[in-house]
Amino acid sequence: VPGDQGAERRRVTPVPHGPMLVEGPVEVVLDDGTRVVSDRFTVALCTCRRSRIYPWCDTSHRRRTPPRRKERDREKDGNT
Amino acid sequence: MTAAPARPDDPAPGRRPALPLPRGPLSEALLRALARPPGTPLPDRTDGADPYGDDLHLALHCAYELHYRGFTGVDDAWEWDSGLLRLRAALERDFLTALRDDCGPARPAAEALGELLTEPAGDGDGVPGRLAEHGERWQLREYAAQRSLYHLKEADPHIWVVPRLWGRAKAGMVAVEYDEFGGGRADRIHSALFAALMADLGLETAYGHYTDACPAEMLALTTMMSAFGLHRALRGALVGHFAAVETTSSPASRLLVRALERIGAGPDAVRFYAEHVEADAVHEQVVRREVVGGLLAEEPALDAEVAFGADATAFLEDRLSRRLLAAWRENRTSLVTPLPPERPRPATAPPDPPPPAPGP
Repeated sequence: VPGDQGAERRRVTPVPHGPMLVEGPVEVVLDDGTRVVSDRFTVALCTCRRSRIYPWCDTSHRRRTPPRRKERDREKDGNT
Repeated sequence: MTAAPARPDDPAPGRRPALPLPRGPLSEALLRALARPPGTPLPDRTDGADPYGDDLHLALHCAYELHYRGFTGVDDAWEWDSGLLRLRAALERDFLTALRDDCGPARPAAEALGELLTEPAGDGDGVPGRLAEHGERWQLREYAAQRSLYHLKEADPHIWVVPRLWGRAKAGMVAVEYDEFGGGRADRIHSALFAALMADLGLETAYGHYTDACPAEMLALTTMMSAFGLHRALRGALVGHFAAVETTSSPASRLLVRALERIGAGPDAVRFYAEHVEADAVHEQVVRREVVGGLLAEEPALDAEVAFGADATAFLEDRLSRRLLAAWRENRTSLVTPLPPERPRPATAPPDPPPPAPGP
């Protein structure tokens, strides 16, 4: 219906240094023609290409620190 | 996505668990009273019980379970019994006072939640990393038995907060909870997926079955959730807790997928954590942006409470993690009572027909 198309629009939200959030359900067509689908209310599409479940985000975009820091935090709250 | 077959959920839907065994004077008094009519007198003081101890947390667990499924042989009217609520308030006061002390001075929510966004290089030194690298089947069974205290009611403690939110926070919270509850499909409710994982690992799937086996460290995580969920005054902490869970779940679930594959667990077991890798990467964004962002836009004064919820979660998770790792390092059970020896696994499919007789 002309003039009523707003209701049909899908919202897409790019997260800085993170995934692209897209309102679901979605069908994603990959480079090789493979189609993958998700019925979730919102999907997070990987933009860093590091995801092991590409095209979906698996939080692999996060910063990594050497394990040293965690151990230091642990000593800080010492008592067991 | 293919249609999922019917899954082993609770073998007796709606059945209430039995009352657990007492672990000290407070839980003893409460459990004795619960077997009797509401109005039976109860203590109204904790008399210096350890705020993280077995006795206090088992008593608190039983007080809260009256709001979920109740217990076999316990009158439903106990849920709102004034004596029980008075005891519950005393237990909560000790626990929450200790928790606030241990979480340190107030700090901004952005700082507490921001810290959770950095991953250790490699697999890290937590329980999921250790299980991914050299976990054994008995350790994964213990891990699942402990976590069943929460996962068999996954997302239930958090739904209490919905009437206390509005606008973006309410819409975001409900969207995530809808996903947790299977998006309209009973076979996709996360607690049902967890029951399928337990069945695959040869564990009992009945709600509450492993309560007696769970140490105070595990009980405290779930009593914290119920406390945050049931008190409107703690809505900020509930939201901070939920954001912390959703933020840390995806990478941990990835490690647990590897751990389960490592021991040759079946697809039902792997599916639970594989689903959480993908789902919680979405939930994290929605919870931090819409639920936390929406709540703090409406109620900026709750900023430090959101941080407290996140910090309390990390603090109690760390205590549980230390218990598990210390026990496993010494090759002993992390549970109060070890799991019974695993029975030979029944075949998941009917046995193959006998091979045809060899031809002449």
